[in-house]
Amino acid sequence: MEGKRRGVDRKAYYTAKIRKVAQLLFYKRHSLPGAIGWELRRRVGSDYPKVVNLLNEYLGKIGLTVKIVFEEESNPPENPTLEQYDRARFYITLKDNLGVEEAKMIGWRIDDIAALCASIAYIISKGGKVERKELEDLLRSKIPNWRVDINLNKFIRLGYLVEDENGQVYLGWRTRAEVDQRKLIDLLLQAEAEKKT
Amino acid sequence: MGNLIGDRRKSVREAREELQRIIELCRSVEVKGLDPYLVEVKDLIKVIKEYFPIWKDAEDLCLDAEALNSIASVVKMQGEWVKRRASALYRDPFLIEEKIRSLPVGSMAEIFLEVWHPIVEFEQLTIKEFREALKYWSNLLPLDERWKRVGYVKVETETTTREEMIKEGLLLGEPFEAELEKMWVDLKERASGVGRVKYWDFIGSDSYEETVRRAYLASFLITYGYARLEIHYLKDEIFILPNEKPTPIDKGELISFPIPISFEEWRKWKERGGA
Repeated sequence: MEGKRRGVDRKAYYTAKIRKVAQLLFYKRHSLPGAIGWELRRRVGSDYPKVVNLLNEYLGKIGLTVKIVFEEESNPPENPTLEQYDRARFYITLKDNLGVEEAKMIGWRIDDIAALCASIAYIISKGGKVERKELEDLLRSKIPNWRVDINLNKFIRLGYLVEDENGQVYLGWRTRAEVDQRKLIDLLLQAEAEKKT
Repeated sequence: MGNLIGDRRKSVREAREELQRIIELCRSVEVKGLDPYLVEVKDLIKVIKEYFPIWKDAEDLCLDAEALNSIASVVKMQGEWVKRRASALYRDPFLIEEKIRSLPVGSMAEIFLEVWHPIVEFEQLTIKEFREALKYWSNLLPLDERWKRVGYVKVETETTTREEMIKEGLLLGEPFEAELEKMWVDLKERASGVGRVKYWDFIGSDSYEETVRRAYLASFLITYGYARLEIHYLKDEIFILPNEKPTPIDKGELISFPIPISFEEWRKWKERGGA
């Protein structure tokens, strides 16, 4: 009887924590969505990675997932320490892929998505940064001139890309959170191979 | 003799130009993202070494140092270049560019949709927030009352003593330690739950005089280890966190962090709605 009560208490304890973490991750409080590890630790305690896992399991059932972006982005740790979690950023993203129609429903035109894809892939291929002019020339080969500037500014405003004062463009925080870069490059290569055969 | 001096002048000028060219070359590799291995580092070092004995002016030595620094940047880029090439993400840039140019827009979009997992976020109000906002609104004084400007005379900044502070009514006559203890208890109460309070919300008060008094005491709370500061430079936020027990600070760790408590700062804080 005592054991059962302890189990119920434990369940209630974690349910309350899961709610707190969900609120922190869903509601935008700063200029960026999501939360940093230390913010979660402060609100729910040092066992927050466990709480995040529980929330992730729950969200998985409705097609969402908790995405963790570690500081060591190029080489994410296999077994992260609490310190690495503390410095990481936590977001909630879609677990599954969007279809073309669904993408349109959330306000993205097909050619805008293609332009974003081209920009990200091009920056990756150039080692992480390109001159804005170079990127504009690339996009101009596929989309009307007047949309190139609008598109690039939109990608920068949304955080997919970052531009510095020297006109160099880099990948932004949103690309790191939302895009599987390795898979993107692999798929691009495969698409080329399919075209040749 | 005249010829010799002329030759030397000429060679110094040429050497300077040579160093400038080296600096430009290194810079262009960095800015244009060119292959850093295009730069023959060994040859450049040889040139710098060769010219080094002729430098006499500090300006020339600075140029020499700048050229060396540029070469060091290229060496660093070479290291990164090797790392990138060795990474799993590396693919031939020309191949990728060719693919980007040749694939139709529709296929590109489809590929991206397979790797894109957009962030889900909410921005709407919750009932709880709405209730808190309503409470805040009803307690908020009208603008003309909050922005009441207090006439003041600008005076030069001077140092002050505790006795003067008591005389001016900024500090009470009771023992200093007792005042500190009171502040500490107050801080602990305000920080209970979240563990910290915004610095200005803690020291800020209805009157400017009281704000200065609290800031003065808060500085001692920190120096004596009753509390500590948490500074977020990027967000321009300062928090004060109470320590459970007074923790003496190691002298080696002591740093001085000035926080201006000017009348203008206080007025801005009041206009933002205070604590």
